[in-house]
Amino acid sequence: MLDATPTTLVERKALRVNPAKTCQPIGAMYSALGIHGCLPHSHGSQGCCSYHRSHLTRHFREPIMAATSSFTEGTAVFGGGANLRQAFKTIYQLYDPPVIAVTTTCLSETIGDDIPTIVREARESGVIPEGKTVIHANTPSYVGCHITGWSNMTASMVKYLSETSGESRNQVNLIPGYVEPSDTRELKKMLTTWGIDAVTFPDTSDVVDTPQTGHFQMYPQGGTTVEALKTTGDSLATIALGPEASSQAAIALEAKCQVPYHILDLPIGVAATDRLVQTLMDVTGTQPTDEIVNARGRLVDVMTDMQSYLYEKRVAIAGDPDQVVPLVEMLVTCGAKPVYVITGAESKYFRDRTQAILGESVPEAVIRDNEDLFYLHQLMKQEPVDLLISNVYGKYIARAEDVPFVRYGWPILDRVGHSYFPTLGYAGSLHLLCTIINTLLERKDRDDPDESFELVL
Amino acid sequence: MDAPSPIDQTTTQTAVKDIVEAYPAKVGKKRAKHIVVRDPNEPEQSIDANVRTTPGIITQRGCAFAGCKGVVIGPIGDVVHIVHGPVGCSYYSWLIRRNQFRARANGRNFVNYCFTTDLTEHDIVFGGMTKLRQAIQEAYDIFQPPAITVHATCPVGLIGDDIQGVSREMSEKLGISVVAFNCEGYKGVSQSAGHHIANNGIMKNWVGTDEGAEEVEGYTVNLMGEYNIGGDTWEIERVLEKCGIEVISKFSGDGSYDETTQAHLAKLNLVMCHRSINYVSEMMETKFGIPWIKVNFIGVNSFAKSLRKIAEVFDDPKLTERVETVIAEEMAETEAQLATYRERLTGKTVFLFVGGSRAHHYQGLFADLGMKTIVAGYEFAHRDDYEGRDILPNLKIDADSRNIEEIHVKQDPERYKRPFSDEAFAKMEENKTLKDYKGMMPDMGEGTLVVDNISHHELDVLIERFKPDLIGSGIKDKYIIEKLGIPCKQLHNYDYGGPFAGFRGAVNFAKDVDLRVNTPVWKYVKAPWLN
Ligand code: SF4
Ligand code: SF4
Repeated sequence: MLDATPTTLVERKALRVNPAKTCQPIGAMYSALGIHGCLPHSHGSQGCCSYHRSHLTRHFREPIMAATSSFTEGTAVFGGGANLRQAFKTIYQLYDPPVIAVTTTCLSETIGDDIPTIVREARESGVIPEGKTVIHANTPSYVGCHITGWSNMTASMVKYLSETSGESRNQVNLIPGYVEPSDTRELKKMLTTWGIDAVTFPDTSDVVDTPQTGHFQMYPQGGTTVEALKTTGDSLATIALGPEASSQAAIALEAKCQVPYHILDLPIGVAATDRLVQTLMDVTGTQPTDEIVNARGRLVDVMTDMQSYLYEKRVAIAGDPDQVVPLVEMLVTCGAKPVYVITGAESKYFRDRTQAILGESVPEAVIRDNEDLFYLHQLMKQEPVDLLISNVYGKYIARAEDVPFVRYGWPILDRVGHSYFPTLGYAGSLHLLCTIINTLLERKDRDDPDESFELVL
Repeated sequence: MDAPSPIDQTTTQTAVKDIVEAYPAKVGKKRAKHIVVRDPNEPEQSIDANVRTTPGIITQRGCAFAGCKGVVIGPIGDVVHIVHGPVGCSYYSWLIRRNQFRARANGRNFVNYCFTTDLTEHDIVFGGMTKLRQAIQEAYDIFQPPAITVHATCPVGLIGDDIQGVSREMSEKLGISVVAFNCEGYKGVSQSAGHHIANNGIMKNWVGTDEGAEEVEGYTVNLMGEYNIGGDTWEIERVLEKCGIEVISKFSGDGSYDETTQAHLAKLNLVMCHRSINYVSEMMETKFGIPWIKVNFIGVNSFAKSLRKIAEVFDDPKLTERVETVIAEEMAETEAQLATYRERLTGKTVFLFVGGSRAHHYQGLFADLGMKTIVAGYEFAHRDDYEGRDILPNLKIDADSRNIEEIHVKQDPERYKRPFSDEAFAKMEENKTLKDYKGMMPDMGEGTLVVDNISHHELDVLIERFKPDLIGSGIKDKYIIEKLGIPCKQLHNYDYGGPFAGFRGAVNFAKDVDLRVNTPVWKYVKAPWLN
């Protein structure tokens, strides 16, 4: 497995091998699915749309619907305006979506298609019917990565839809970040038990984890409604989870409607979740319920019970900045040593925060952004680790180096559960922590000689 | 495949009418030409294919890059394939097609790797050639591959990077084959353009380039248009070897660089996926004199038929006898295992929407299981894949295909060699053994439906009308179909099963179909209190 990967680190300037990121439009498509009644539309060649739908479908095991402008060579020369107009016509006649969210691709971006102008003209000439919402985000695939795309589309929701009515509402805006539908559901549940009204956007729960009923719904039940999005300008505050994915929308909302914002780490682990709870207390002036406090207690209980299995364990982590930073913090809280921490994205947040968390406890840690899995594998060959945590692509490295492996992040194409069980908040963190500890225990059971194979661990 | 169809002309025609009327008028008119209700009494039914998809239609199609890197070139396992473009295209074509590969003696195996120049805004503005040059050098330094390929994605064509020039230059510098493919995603109308571009590259750069390779005695073949999804190639090879037939090279499942350069040594080319590889087989015939036959190794009877066809070409009693013995042995073994599944599956109906050959290939296997294909179509086929090669002379090339290079090869003065006698060729010509493919339509019975480049809307209507027991399609449709309570078998990458080719593959497939169609879980889709 991956036998061609040399142990010696070779400097590379141009060749990316086994990337730890992908391109913008797929993130934007995922974000757009979090609007109720939205049909994402990919403006470019149909290959991109096909790949994005396929990849999201594989991760969620759910129908992922999206249309495309189906560029051909002529379009590449003359521009995509005519294709987008034709696409609107076809889409409204056949699929009649309440919302269309247009994303660009590297092709339409390189040509320089001006989406707002095309959309305005389509509206004026009646191609877009009265009462239909169309939003767009520029998502060139050669800038940033999938998280940038998610962030751009989420910010577009604000730019296109948020309004100020002049009357403030006793509600908060919650931007959950590029997370699983189960995570968004968990966060909403927490706010509901607390009694806090919130507009959560985008909200992919009940969109990419729909129930099996024998019916296919083009526009599933879930997703933030346009009406709800409009009211975000009247909220008390915005809480943006995961700076890379969510701060852009929060900042845009402040600029547009003067809603103050709080940008926090994703609530993974007790410390990060505490910070979220504290912020909610400050914003609403209320106290968390017993249910929430007890969930915290159960998480800490397991941490104290089981931390011995994590203590001093060398861990390698690859993933998106917003997930990796609080995950590192959670592991450090339990005494583990994240020694190699990489992300494919370019992220100052990732560098600074990870450094701050690891500076004292694991000063030897290698922290790199804009990096690939090939590099991480080489590090692991040089000095092995006890555990690897990454998205599905890490499984090849884990097999090659015979290292226990926890799948975390996006995408996961070979297991089930990630979209159903949360890893955020106290309850979600408990779930994630148990997975990590149990993976190490499984390995111990496999490796221990007969005489020290224990019933009680 | 002659059993009466469970659907008839009238119901099918009504469904088609409803499908077409839902579209904007102009679009409907176009789509109508891509939908054919089969009437065997009308021998020359024709269908529109390989034309643009109307923007806004939710299509199954991908792009030329997917066809070139993803389908044809990518599976060659000991070559480093660099995708020149932003990170996405490379990322999505990484490991998703399940092309299996075993390292040869040199130990090289790169199928699990993903290589890209990961172009950023700076490169798009100032050009990516320096980066590409450097990337090729780094790939060479680290991996020492026998060859490197470069694949262009959409923006590369627009910014005008001369990937051909860079590759030529690096090939000279490094002393290995570096081949560039201008397979930008907007070329042509689907993956099909990419297959053609890949074929041209293979032919121009690799086939026959191992000039020192020695002639090989015996019944030698190349396996073409077979991509070793889930290990298909290995099951086919097992049986061919048992018959005494030697595979020289494979395009491109489990394919290796050295073997590809020796492909000119084979005496016969076996073409599985006609759509994706017929260009190479044609050119090899012109250049080296190697004839080709269309085969189908999917399904028990189809495999047996194809083996007999190979024996017919070599026309040697020893081989014929060996082939018959193998068929008898393998059939007996397979039949015994298939019987129980057939009992459970007979009479069930199937829709098939796959690629540019599989929707046809799999019909025989379903027939082996007693199942009937009532609606079928391809994602990116051309008219000959539906109507047969006889229509080739009448095909007009449209603007979208004209942009794809047509290369014209000439007879190789030294190595052109007809492997069989003139009489043998004459006989085969008379029997239409060689270069013949009748296409999918003749095998589809009365009242069945052929749909080219099906859209989501059409799929939706057809499922509702005909409620098939199983649909063979791809990942994008799978969960739409299953949400409707109908099992879907992915036939692009097999849902992680396989092999499904050959005799043992047929048994695997029967199990796989049975577990989907007959699993108790479908009974629980509706809550009991709703009945
Ligand atoms: S259409 Fe272009 S950008 Fe999209 S996947 Fe294909 S090559 Fe890549
Ligand atoms: S058999 Fe089908 S899926 Fe495969 S390459 Fe050919 S057309 Fe594509």
